[in-house]
Amino acid sequence: MLNFFQLIIIYAGIYALMAIGQNCITGNTGMLSLCHAGFFCIGSYATAIICKTFGLPFWFSLPVAALASGIVGFLIGVPTLRLKGDYLCIATLGLGEIIRNIATNVNPVGMMSVPRAQLFGYQFSSRNKFTFILLIWFFVLIAYILFRQLAHSRLGRAMVAVREDEVAAASNGINVTKYKIGAFTLGAAVGGTAGCFATAYTLTVQPSSFTFMVSVMVLCMVVLGGMGNLLGVILGAFIIEFISYFPQLVGLSSVIPAQASQIIYGLVLVVMMICRPQGILGRDKYRYGDPRSTFSKLRDAVKSRKGGEVKA
Amino acid sequence: MATLVQYLQYLLNGITLGSIYALIALGYTMVYGILKFINFAHGDILMVGAYTGLLTYTALLGDSTNPVWMLTAFFIAMLVSMAFCAALGMFIERVAYKPLRSANRLAPLLSAIGVSFILSNGAAWIFGAQSRRFPYPFDDTPIVIAGLSITPHQILTIVVSVVMMVVLTLFVNRTRMGKAMRATSLDQSTSELMGIDVNRIISMTFAIGSALAAVGGILCSFDFRVYASMGTMTGLKAFVAAVIGGIGNIQGAMIGGLLLGVLESIGAPLLGIPSALRDTIAFAALIIILLVRPEGILGKNEREKV
Repeated sequence: MLNFFQLIIIYAGIYALMAIGQNCITGNTGMLSLCHAGFFCIGSYATAIICKTFGLPFWFSLPVAALASGIVGFLIGVPTLRLKGDYLCIATLGLGEIIRNIATNVNPVGMMSVPRAQLFGYQFSSRNKFTFILLIWFFVLIAYILFRQLAHSRLGRAMVAVREDEVAAASNGINVTKYKIGAFTLGAAVGGTAGCFATAYTLTVQPSSFTFMVSVMVLCMVVLGGMGNLLGVILGAFIIEFISYFPQLVGLSSVIPAQASQIIYGLVLVVMMICRPQGILGRDKYRYGDPRSTFSKLRDAVKSRKGGEVKA
Repeated sequence: MATLVQYLQYLLNGITLGSIYALIALGYTMVYGILKFINFAHGDILMVGAYTGLLTYTALLGDSTNPVWMLTAFFIAMLVSMAFCAALGMFIERVAYKPLRSANRLAPLLSAIGVSFILSNGAAWIFGAQSRRFPYPFDDTPIVIAGLSITPHQILTIVVSVVMMVVLTLFVNRTRMGKAMRATSLDQSTSELMGIDVNRIISMTFAIGSALAAVGGILCSFDFRVYASMGTMTGLKAFVAAVIGGIGNIQGAMIGGLLLGVLESIGAPLLGIPSALRDTIAFAALIIILLVRPEGILGKNEREKV
């Protein structure tokens, strides 16, 4: 029981890092990217290769993982970010699949027994979960502080302006493409560090674990918690991880099928979009949907299902 | 180095695959033309169509081995599956997309991803993870003509797709409903002023697109088997086909589908890369077309108005 709680907290931390990256892309700048699994994959591989193949310490792999996924994000971003919303979504989705496809074709098994991370002679082993929680949440805290500062800076406000209205932002002298690529690269780099910690914890890398589902899960965390709200995003990571480990936690994993949690992710996306598009902790001011109250929207949704007319 | 006959064989296989992509791409393109939004759940409707078709077909067939009844049962199953998917498509539009029609463009997209997740995982839950084979409704021994082998199911695929596309083209260009559809895709608010029931047209679009996806799902399950996540990859590639042809353009989707099928089939042997990378070819084609000609082959270049 305690073991599972610790596991949830560790995975929530890893995914919170990813969600912070996704939030920078989707929440702050308003680009729907679906290749966070790809960045996660690159980060994981970077750590595995550096620690195992080159035998270098884990701490060295951390910036390399961030840099590698950041560079890939930049290279992907330059051509694709000129595309409008829906095209971008598909292009990034395709790129995420390409990264996984290539990783699978290079080595379908992945890498095993990566050396453990060490700090002053102390080994972070997965048996001792508590120190791992400290390690991961320390970095989540750093990412949180950095990104909160970013959101309140000139750069962050420019990103929000791009999200709200690209044309208006451009006419106010904001270089839209530059900010989009910047946000994308930054988000990708954070996604890469999340992969780094995942490898340090599981000590294996398998290409089959970087599916499209991971990207959707991360997106779901951002949407659920509140787009553009960092605390909300971390809360979203907690909730989603809790949902996915709930069957094991209550010992009903034989009764509740594995698909149930994924169906819940889908429901979360649909229901949140209809009822509370700004997320649990999102602000009404920055809401994505139309400005009507939750109640009147629900009423209209029910009405339209009954075949009545909806007020525009 | 492959010979000419081998390349012709790849071309033939590519056309078969491409006609399936074209059918599915039509659904994407019609919805995009009217609502300017990508129906992410379209690929999973294809999967639902394949399952419905498979279940109806096996239920109708029973133990019968009468060749005439086998073929009849197959077509009945196809019609049932089309009807079911049309209803499903309309239902999804009502519940998940309609309340978001006036919202930010990101909202319906996220909702569609959610619907797609619900459908594919719901199917995995109900039918299990194991893939099933769609039995051929006829003896599927290849016919060999001058070194080229063509199987009856390939002929069926091409014939059914061509019939569907011709019917759709006639419907869109010759009927009153089709005219209303074209008007709505040009300008929604003006067509509403002209007395067109836009909500009905949108429902209709989803119904037609989903019915075509059901046909595509059944046809592609001959080659790819039936499983819960079958729609994801096929649906994505059909979307790529729609973009290549020019999204929102019905003829474009047909051309794009055929082009993508042929490209995928011929690309790997032509470039000398393993055929496991054919998915990569499709997405590389997408990114190249988006960079070179973002509006697609037949698309119009639209400027964004403020």
